[in-house]
Amino acid sequence: MQDWRRNSGFFASLAVPPVAWLLLLFLVPLGGVWLLSFGQNTGLTEITVTGTLANYQRALEPLYLEIMLKSLWIAGATTMICLIAGFPVALAIVFAPPRAKTWLLLLVMLPFWTNLLIRTYALIAVLRTNGFLNAGLGWLWDGLSGLLALLGLGSLAPFQPLHLLYTDFAVVFGLVYVHLPFMVLPLYAALERIDRSLIEASLDLGAGHLRTLAYVVCPLALPGIISGVIVTMVPALGAYLAPDLLGGPSSQLIANVIERQFKRANDWPFGAALSFLLMYATFIALFVRAAVARSRGGGGAAL
Amino acid sequence: MTQPIIQPIIQIESVTKRFGPVLAVDDATLAILPGEFFALLGPSGCGKTTLLRMIAGFEAPTEGRILIDGQDMSRVPPNKRPINMVFQSYAVFPHMSVLDNVSYGLKMAGVAAAERRDRAERALEQVKLAGFGTRTPDQLSGGQRQRVALARALVNQPKVLLLDEPLSALDAKLREAMRFELAQLQDDVGITFVMVTHDQDEALAMACRAAVMNRGLLAQTGTPAELYEFPANRFVADFLGSVNLFEGRLAVDEPHRAVVESAQAGCPIYLDHGVTGATGATVWAAVRPEKIELHKRADERPPAIEDVPSGYNVARGTIRTVSYLGSESIYLVTLETGHEVRVTRPNLTRWDQEDFTWDEPVWLAWHHESVIVLQA
Ligand SMILES: Nc1ncnc2c1ncn2[C@@H]1O[C@H](COP(=O)(O)OP(=O)(O)O)[C@@H](O)[C@H]1O
Ligand SMILES: [Mg+2]
Repeated sequence: MQDWRRNSGFFASLAVPPVAWLLLLFLVPLGGVWLLSFGQNTGLTEITVTGTLANYQRALEPLYLEIMLKSLWIAGATTMICLIAGFPVALAIVFAPPRAKTWLLLLVMLPFWTNLLIRTYALIAVLRTNGFLNAGLGWLWDGLSGLLALLGLGSLAPFQPLHLLYTDFAVVFGLVYVHLPFMVLPLYAALERIDRSLIEASLDLGAGHLRTLAYVVCPLALPGIISGVIVTMVPALGAYLAPDLLGGPSSQLIANVIERQFKRANDWPFGAALSFLLMYATFIALFVRAAVARSRGGGGAAL
Repeated sequence: MTQPIIQPIIQIESVTKRFGPVLAVDDATLAILPGEFFALLGPSGCGKTTLLRMIAGFEAPTEGRILIDGQDMSRVPPNKRPINMVFQSYAVFPHMSVLDNVSYGLKMAGVAAAERRDRAERALEQVKLAGFGTRTPDQLSGGQRQRVALARALVNQPKVLLLDEPLSALDAKLREAMRFELAQLQDDVGITFVMVTHDQDEALAMACRAAVMNRGLLAQTGTPAELYEFPANRFVADFLGSVNLFEGRLAVDEPHRAVVESAQAGCPIYLDHGVTGATGATVWAAVRPEKIELHKRADERPPAIEDVPSGYNVARGTIRTVSYLGSESIYLVTLETGHEVRVTRPNLTRWDQEDFTWDEPVWLAWHHESVIVLQA
């Protein structure tokens, strides 16, 4: 057997292709777009990088600021719902019998096997006026009405299908559906790492399950919660398909505006500036997360 | 053995625990008395921790029941039991200060903040950690973390304190010191301690009474001296200290005399009392190494042993190995029958160990009171 330390050159060379890939296909184009955000259109396809901040200035105009705040609100609501729904799911998986665990994790990741576009279109079938959700609600309504009639209490007015599609609700619904696994997986990882004897110690010291959750499990899972919030919030903030397909005219989010700049409006510098505003926000979030992790004594950085 | 008159603090009644096909605890019945320092002793995997976790309420018995202070605990969850546990890994909450750790149980019990602080600080004093309250667990050594776990449990004044291998994670020197400290602490607080350990020295040194477990079964319960001097079977005899076993046949079994004929010993083994076994049954005569005398074999006259008829309890052999341990020496002697016997002798004088040396022919002799006849 050879000492791997002596062969560190060999192992380092293994890292060359991925690093080159990252550099050439990700960082270089990204740097290009970053430069563009300081440029201006000088022809139909010409862009000159002049170092101007005009694009950023424009991005902070009330019109765009409002859309950004709305995006933030929608992404925030999505993240909160994912957290509230995902935490019990992650907890259930952690405490499931070992053999069921693998299957449950697979189930969480199952939606990834289907194309995002198809999943989003499928939601249209669920949410539209004569879709599955309204059909289900209508069935319940009719049943309730029939029951009331049976009891001689009169009957309800005929069911009016809810207008669900092309609303902010539909956008949040779609985003939650798509992003839930992003929340569940880091939460699962963080909860799985908690030493079981800490939970038992809390029970032993007289705390019930709820107080154990509040005083021991949640604080110890905090790095995972922050990770989950970031990996859910960041893509939700840049979500483009869900608002495009499920949202109404007023639920256009920042990603849709960016898309329009690169395509129909053909204003790449402005699109680049908007994109990079999102990037900066992401960096700040990651920085805050790292700072929190450090202040907690470097305790368990999740993901 | 006498029946306890006092009400036991813990009664384990025919408790069996299965994990699927694994029989972890097999029909255990045990009574632990208030104020005792009780040890559950046995080799790794024998079910000690499982039994302790059933007392704490983290596992439910498959069969049988456990009573604490006379109350059936079958339907009582861990957080409602009047006991506390010191976990093997200590399980100190890493995100809380030492003081918050120690006052956690009081907070859960609804004790007011000021009193909580007072009592937690007193508990820290008790475990010699006064002034450590504001530290976080990652600023503590392993031994200090264990003291936090101890204080955190004791501050609730439980009826019973459970300790799972409390000394196994400490280094040798600290372990020795902690033995005395734990025993002293138990004496001071007067709470019943139930300790799990695989270390026989630990159990003998600390416990008032101990139960020896083997593969899920309770092999024997008794005081350390009872377990050592009157082991109930070969497992207990061998697990506590070392022992020489001579397999043989119970040739004579009368009220005031018993004889075991053993081909391994090469001499009949005499006792001055009966053993109430079936004559002719296979038995094992057990003799502790420190209870065997070594005699020079200059001439071939066997040494005389007080109260033992001549020709009994003496065996001829040759010293194979000598291990000098300072305070005593261990001699491995091969008998003429081929059987190997272990003998220990204290080195009473500086030159003592030079008396017997390698390859020296010797007589082994032992008193009839040193023999225990084991039937299992
Ligand atoms: N949760 C469990 N699931 C399955 N088997 C277990 C579990 N806990 C303990 N066991 C088994 O029960 C037996 C006794 O274990 P344990 O009580 O931990 O032994 P000890 O503490 O004496 O070393 C072992 O064979 C162990 O593998
Ligand atoms: Mg154990």
